[in-house]
Amino acid sequence: MSAVLTRRPGLGRLRSARAPLHLACLGFVALVVLAALLAPWAAPDDPNAVDLGNALAGPSPDHLLGVDAAGRDTLSRLLLGARTSLLGPLGVVAFSTVAGVLVGLVAGWRGGWLDSVLSRSTELVFAFPGMLLAILIVSVYGEGLLAPVLALAIAYLPYVSRLTRSLVLAERERPYVSAYRVQGHSAAQICLRHVLPNIAPVVLAQSTINFGYALMDLAGLSFLGLGVPALTPDWGRMVFDGQTAIQHGYPLSAVLPCVLIVLTVVAFNVVGERWADRVARRTP
Amino acid sequence: MNHPEERVNALDIRGLRLHLPGAARPVLDGVDLTVAPGETVALVGESGSGKSLTSRSALGLLPPGATTGGSVLVDGEDVLTMGPDRLRALRTGRAAMVFQDPRAAVNPLRRIGDFLTEGVRRTGVLGKADADRRAAELLDAVGLGPELLRRYPGQLSGGMLQRVMIAGALMGDPVLLLADEPTTALDVTSQAEVIALLGQLRERFGTGLLFVTHDLGLAAAISDRVHVMYAGRIVESGPAEALFERPRHPYTAALLAATPRLDARPGRLAAIDGQPPDLRQDLTGCAFAARCPYATGLCHEEAPGPWPVACHHPLEGNPADD
Amino acid sequence: MNFLRFAARRLAEMAATLLGASFVVFGAMYLAPGSPASFLLSGRSASPAALQAINEQYHLDDPFLVRYLRWLGQVLHGDFGRSITYRTDVSTLLADRLPATLTLVAMALLVVVMIGLALGWIGAVRGGATDSTILLTTTLAVGTPSFVAAVLLQGLFAVKLGWFPTSGTGDGFADLLWHLTLPAVALALYLIGMLARVTRSAMLEALDGEHVAVARSRGVPEREVIRRHVFRNSLGTVLTTGGLIVSTLLVCTILVESAFSIGGIGQLLELSTSTKDFPTVQAISLLIVALFMTVNLVVDLLHPLVDPRVTLGARRSEA
Repeated sequence: MSAVLTRRPGLGRLRSARAPLHLACLGFVALVVLAALLAPWAAPDDPNAVDLGNALAGPSPDHLLGVDAAGRDTLSRLLLGARTSLLGPLGVVAFSTVAGVLVGLVAGWRGGWLDSVLSRSTELVFAFPGMLLAILIVSVYGEGLLAPVLALAIAYLPYVSRLTRSLVLAERERPYVSAYRVQGHSAAQICLRHVLPNIAPVVLAQSTINFGYALMDLAGLSFLGLGVPALTPDWGRMVFDGQTAIQHGYPLSAVLPCVLIVLTVVAFNVVGERWADRVARRTP
Repeated sequence: MNHPEERVNALDIRGLRLHLPGAARPVLDGVDLTVAPGETVALVGESGSGKSLTSRSALGLLPPGATTGGSVLVDGEDVLTMGPDRLRALRTGRAAMVFQDPRAAVNPLRRIGDFLTEGVRRTGVLGKADADRRAAELLDAVGLGPELLRRYPGQLSGGMLQRVMIAGALMGDPVLLLADEPTTALDVTSQAEVIALLGQLRERFGTGLLFVTHDLGLAAAISDRVHVMYAGRIVESGPAEALFERPRHPYTAALLAATPRLDARPGRLAAIDGQPPDLRQDLTGCAFAARCPYATGLCHEEAPGPWPVACHHPLEGNPADD
Repeated sequence: MNFLRFAARRLAEMAATLLGASFVVFGAMYLAPGSPASFLLSGRSASPAALQAINEQYHLDDPFLVRYLRWLGQVLHGDFGRSITYRTDVSTLLADRLPATLTLVAMALLVVVMIGLALGWIGAVRGGATDSTILLTTTLAVGTPSFVAAVLLQGLFAVKLGWFPTSGTGDGFADLLWHLTLPAVALALYLIGMLARVTRSAMLEALDGEHVAVARSRGVPEREVIRRHVFRNSLGTVLTTGGLIVSTLLVCTILVESAFSIGGIGQLLELSTSTKDFPTVQAISLLIVALFMTVNLVVDLLHPLVDPRVTLGARRSEA
């Protein structure tokens, strides 16, 4: 029988067992980013070069990962697709982080009516799942990457601003803030020089996790044909295009982007969560 | 009550040794202790002295990876060699424990009635109606009304909740009640009530009570006999009054001097210098030697025998009063 | 009991948020470049007669606020206007397609709750290698978008193995369930992972509670300790994910219905978005938001019943 107030057996082992996973994920993130950066030079073929006579061919020396139903080189499309597939989420995360921190900082620091207006509108945005808001905007603007990125950024903003607000509220109560105030430092100075650097790790960890979600949402929109324009190489779009190939029994051109999407999302999740764990343990 | 052989001790611990993985020496090192039916015995010591481990061993609650030696007889049966089924039967019946913090010990999501009856009901000892009736009786015995059965723990004060804990411990009609610092988490008035209640109940139900505390004064007030524990060993035992008036082990004396007393002159509180010995280091000689003002070379080399005072140089006079 | 007052307040809050949401859904149309009339007609022949009809239907000559209120009044009476693509009432369109979607979502919800809770339970209680395996599997699951799961499951179980139909909804209810099995699993996968992780960590936290050790010390059998003191105590946390689970199901059904060509409202939303059939998009968006908020309301009302420590009116969202 177990004793009073002991932690679960195996938890310690689990922590150490997860370290290699974390390293592998970190490595994978680096690899994908590198592939996206070097894609134009690394891609063996023009991703849009159509070769219908060769459609659905398997891996060969010419096409290392085969070709899709339109005869386009899968490897080249995957490499260049990494660019769009990462750039979109990057836009979402960058915008939602910057705007969210700004809004959360002002609301947390100033409080009052600004704060209540913010929490009202936050509730409204929470009622709209990110993907739904994106679809609504796309239905107005038509397809393209910019509209869904902006819509998702707005949908993700409340998560960042709410986190920032609570962090700022806690930070404001700490003695060093009043010490600086007494010394005549302005609120903006204190926020910029001290509060912001202190809360940054937590917010950035949240944004890393958001990156994975944004990637899933944007890939989903591309899968629906509502994201990137048809010819742009993109993993979500490749899954959509690959559906025909699957029906004909040649799954490679659809399965590979699927695998890349899953691995990339998992890698960002694991890295972000580990980071969040570590940050949470450091701050009291 | 159910046991005609009155002479069987409620609790009989003989030479209990307990080893934890990673510790250089036993956490419990030859503990001997008895509680007769209807008797109150106090186990006193600093935190980390092994007093809680000793009392928990009577329910078979051992830390993971612990290895044991010696025997722990509850109502004549060895707990250390029991299988899970017998252990469960022991816990619902003959032995029960009152914990330190009733707020943490009672599940906040379940009603008081559920807390009281679940031990006996889930093991099929009593049916629902019988269990509810007994729960109401025991609530009455601890001075609470039966309407509490339908309440949630969050609606009760800490003192009331500790009474509920005590009622819950009595559900299986135990021969042995273990109380692990049952008043530490309570405010002062509730403390006095709980202590008085424990005394009454012991008399009424004839239960043996092992009272674990760090408070020597409280121990003396409630118990027939007191064991003082230090670094996994019992260093001094005796009737409460004698021990209180004339401590013979220097540790007991130091503990008494560190306890605030109403009848003592002010300004005489003396903290004990130093720290209890580290579990990660092996120990030769008396565990208290490093902190003892009377220690000699012998104390550092050879562990003193256990009985009646585990000390090479027991005090003869009455240093607490001089 | 101030339960009724609490319920009334939450209901009023929900109505306010829904009002805001309806404003967003209505106003989005005016973000479009060009005039609303050309947007609503986009791409289609803009004959004077068609323009006239659009103007009449949407009262485009009225001020914005009047138009909004008129539209809102119609929506409250269940009138979402006419679909531009299908040339029928949007409400009829929805009524035709809602059953398939609701069946799919219900099936997925069942799978999520059963498997998610079971995996979380087993992981927390067993520990060790079992737990690590579950943790790794659920980590993969929460990284798998539903459309990826849909395409992979379709490729393996429908195309390659031929165990399930590849698309459509079949004839009759039994056939519908048969056709919806793979889609439901695809829809559920991500949420199984999420729910399992939430359940697992909530149960681990409960396991650490002293009341668990106390229950064991009182001779309560281990299985009962887990059920009554660990699982029961984690339910409050699990319940708060209810709103998120349902909203995720409703959104992801758009992807899964498209992948499996299921004629539900998800597929309808996708089609009407790409054909710019705005009245239909408005109706479905509003419907999804309303469903999501209703579930959230129910969760809020249930929470005090599941956890007596939760005082009525304490706001979860600001905790």
